[in-house]
Amino acid sequence: MRFVDEYRDPVAARGLLERIEVLAGDRHHKFMEVCGGHTHTIYRHGIEHVLPPTVELVHGPGCPVCVIPMGRVDDAIAVAETPGIIFTSFGDMMRVPGSHGNLLEAKARGADVRFVYSPLDALKLAVENPDRKVVFFAVGFETTAPSTAVTLLRAKAQGITNFSVFSNHVTIVPPLKAILDSPDLRLDGFLGPGHVSTVVGNRPYRFVTAQYGKPLVTAGFEPLDILQAIVMLLTQLREGRCEVENQYARVVRHEGNPRALAAIASVFELRPHFEWRGLGFIAQSGLKLRPEFADFDAELLYSVPGVRVADPKACQCGEVLKGVIKPWECKVFGTGCTPETPIGTCMVSSEGACAAYYNFGRLHREAAVTLGRSAS
Amino acid sequence: MCLGIPGQVVEMLDHEHLARVDVSGVGRVINIGLLEDDNVRVGDWVLIHVGFAMALIDEREAAEALASLHLMGTAFTEEMEALLGSTAAGDGDGAVGSDLPSGSGV
Repeated sequence: MRFVDEYRDPVAARGLLERIEVLAGDRHHKFMEVCGGHTHTIYRHGIEHVLPPTVELVHGPGCPVCVIPMGRVDDAIAVAETPGIIFTSFGDMMRVPGSHGNLLEAKARGADVRFVYSPLDALKLAVENPDRKVVFFAVGFETTAPSTAVTLLRAKAQGITNFSVFSNHVTIVPPLKAILDSPDLRLDGFLGPGHVSTVVGNRPYRFVTAQYGKPLVTAGFEPLDILQAIVMLLTQLREGRCEVENQYARVVRHEGNPRALAAIASVFELRPHFEWRGLGFIAQSGLKLRPEFADFDAELLYSVPGVRVADPKACQCGEVLKGVIKPWECKVFGTGCTPETPIGTCMVSSEGACAAYYNFGRLHREAAVTLGRSAS
Repeated sequence: MCLGIPGQVVEMLDHEHLARVDVSGVGRVINIGLLEDDNVRVGDWVLIHVGFAMALIDEREAAEALASLHLMGTAFTEEMEALLGSTAAGDGDGAVGSDLPSGSGV
């Protein structure tokens, strides 16, 4: 761990916090961290507690499991329960509730549902089980879409005929636009996602500055990364600049990963619209398989209900995903809805804001003391 | 699944863009085809998403990322168990408990 201390250094943290306080002045600032990984860092290290009251962080939609609507889970279960199918899914998705239970419950009822780490695991199952049909439940932003794309390219090249994908891949830019268009929330800027940006680069965020006049700084995952990115946002505002900046340049390249983007483009095309939990239908935000891959498209091969299902009334995941409320402000947080018995997706995924707060919120003050000893 | 996990390349497998990596002292096989332009070599560190190397990183970044991931508790444990339990990556050569030497100082 010889490098790590540098990114947790209380002296450096104190210096950054002092700059944040000065730069923020008297005005209240509201920044959205788009990525669930950032939400984790913020809760885990108690960053909210050490920031001055003039700087507020709100959590965004960057949790791929959290944004899958109930209707799509129902569709997945319908495919999983088709006779002869081996249905494969990332572990995170297994406990996401549909309107009649989750995939684990479908498995208990007899469906052959298996957990995989990689789409390549699913393809391997198809090769090993030539008399069965294997379906992969693909979810995720541009961090996972290239992997699904490469897997499909390989399946096609190898002439594998018993493998298909139920695509629920989504892209990061349209929900940002939806949030910026939403009247519920007035934001002063964004902490741009770290890992998604390794694939898409910084160019896709230009509209945030150009069309909406909000600064965006792509940030790393260490506490000091977050604080540094906040300093960069405040500095832009103070200097009257509005730019896409990259705090995480040690990992994120301006152009992203062109090969990964090319893989996505060769296999997927944009759907006219796709439903997001809490955000509703967003135009050109979801990825479906191109017609050349129709033989691998589970939505064409199997009958899926395709019914839109409203979220449970008590669940406020939508407002959490839009940053309108904090997890603990939800009516059922920690009572009706816990990681063991989640009502909403934000409590299911380890990347969800509610699960992060539930798991780490109580550590807040302790962590805050360590990081910002200081700040008082 | 959106968590990037750092691993160090220990062997190039010369087919289907596969490489063996050391992740926290355990070996597994991943696909490095998406980093073809980066000329990945043995000793390099990569950020792994669902069995694919998605970005080249340096040793310092790898150490930070691992430390952060450990702090995530069960979320990280589950992701690691998934990664190490996964045998796919094309040739069934990524099984748990490979013969790699453990501990790489991160």
